[in-house]
Amino acid sequence: MKLARDTWLVFQRQLLLMIRTPVWIAVGIIQPVFYLLLFAPLLKKVLAPEGASSYADAYQVYVPGLLAVLCIFGGLFTGFSLLGELKAGVIERSRVTPVSRLALLLGRALREMVALLVQAVLITLIALPFGLRVSPLNLLLAYVLLGLLALMTSAISFGIALMVPTDAAMAPVVNTIAQPIALLSGVLLPLTLAPDWLRSAAHWNPFYWAVEGMRALFSGHAGDAVVWQGLLVVVAMTVLSVYWSARLFSTRVR
Amino acid sequence: MIETTGLRKSYRKKSSRRSGEDTTVDAVRGIDLAVDAGEIYGFLGPNGAGKTTTLRMLATLIRPDGGRATVAGADLFADPAEVRRRIGYVAQGGGTTDGVSAREELVLQARMHGAPKARAVRAAEDALKAFDLGEFGDRPCATYSGGQRRRVDIALGVIHEPRVLFLDEPTVGLDPASRASVWEEIKRLRTEGMTVVVTTHYLDEADALCDRVAIVDQGRVVAEGTPEALKREISGDVVLVGLADATEGVAERAAEVLRAQPYLHRLELRAEGGLRLYLDDGAAAIPRLLRALDGAGVTPGTVQLQRPSLDDVFLARTGRSLEQSA
Repeated sequence: MKLARDTWLVFQRQLLLMIRTPVWIAVGIIQPVFYLLLFAPLLKKVLAPEGASSYADAYQVYVPGLLAVLCIFGGLFTGFSLLGELKAGVIERSRVTPVSRLALLLGRALREMVALLVQAVLITLIALPFGLRVSPLNLLLAYVLLGLLALMTSAISFGIALMVPTDAAMAPVVNTIAQPIALLSGVLLPLTLAPDWLRSAAHWNPFYWAVEGMRALFSGHAGDAVVWQGLLVVVAMTVLSVYWSARLFSTRVR
Repeated sequence: MIETTGLRKSYRKKSSRRSGEDTTVDAVRGIDLAVDAGEIYGFLGPNGAGKTTTLRMLATLIRPDGGRATVAGADLFADPAEVRRRIGYVAQGGGTTDGVSAREELVLQARMHGAPKARAVRAAEDALKAFDLGEFGDRPCATYSGGQRRRVDIALGVIHEPRVLFLDEPTVGLDPASRASVWEEIKRLRTEGMTVVVTTHYLDEADALCDRVAIVDQGRVVAEGTPEALKREISGDVVLVGLADATEGVAERAAEVLRAQPYLHRLELRAEGGLRLYLDDGAAAIPRLLRALDGAGVTPGTVQLQRPSLDDVFLARTGRSLEQSA
């Protein structure tokens, strides 16, 4: 109960700060729109081996990948905001109060999750006129998956922020982690285009399972094994990441 | 209100790759304290003396390596959560968020301490009045001056009416007027019955603000007491002699002559030039000092008679001047 209340407190403050930074919101909306309008048209030919014969088909494959990459990257980069708060002493001020340590983390991660889900919904809406078709129930399940992805990557990012000393050190660390994750999960192009060795390497990437699950949901195959496998992997990873990051929050905050 | 025995903290410092061994830095090497209820207690010492580390340990922000401590009646080791409920802490840099107002910060802080929303809103309103923040309290914190921000920081530290307030270097970087206003706020809190612990490396702050002072150096308390009692320990007077001739060797020659005077207890060459003399009766000694200098062919530029300061106490205990090591 106290955890829920404290998380809500932290979340409210974080949301308020975000709403007061309109630039951030503008960028958050414009970027994915660029991806949809400027990158997606290239895809029809590239995705032909996937069985895409029309723009609508291409979007069906591309949009779930775009949403996943949005949540993975958005989450991984959110630690920078924590570095700012650490520097300003905001975290330390919270730490001398009896507020739950886990709430300090969860409130922030949930803010990031909500922001990313809002973006995801916008992208889905914009993609509809291009011929994207998803059943509402599958879409809902896809958003659950995305929300967990965002929560997980935010938690990982906050953990990294607690371990590195500065912004300058954080950027290369995050980039180095994000790059192979993105390439090995087939978010931009499906891994069916990849050679065998690359595909087997991808099987060790938890995000690959998430992306495969997303694609199955968007193509209307909610019953595919990859859907529950993806969910399972993501739930397990989320629990682990939050646990790891929460421990760092309570022991290591400067 | 606060009692500690043998409070210790050391840090492992990562060594350079070449030497391969980590070195241990003893930040705090066993501090014994007894702070009474309702007093303003100061840690005075140079940067790196261990003041902030001690304060952060008492505020539950770092875990001590050893020793015992009770803060406001709660055991620091066994029940840090209870300590947190009873104390307020203001870090040197404060902790406000630029994008929100003082009022919003006060409400949030009260709620993080567990107050329901309506009570938190009322507490914020009261704090805005008590700390005289009304004029700017609804503007974003980014627009505040250093002094305004500091008053907000302190208001945040006491929003839950703690029994003990810890302030880390509360007036660093403030102009004299803001500084005086922060001192006023701290004294007002004492009259309301709060115990206040401050760290400072300003001699005048320790002297004018604190009821009792612990002089800290290299992780240890080297002297403790009221500023008056500490200064009384340095018996006698201090005479500062400035020299008209700044040529090299002149100060050394003067020192040699003066050291031969039987009534002199101690003599220091000042880094900024001139000499600092400790003796029993300054007023009576000045004519004799001048004669002695004259006899040696040294012309004094200025002569000043002073009561001993806390810096003299520091010097007597550590062999260094606080003003020079700070």
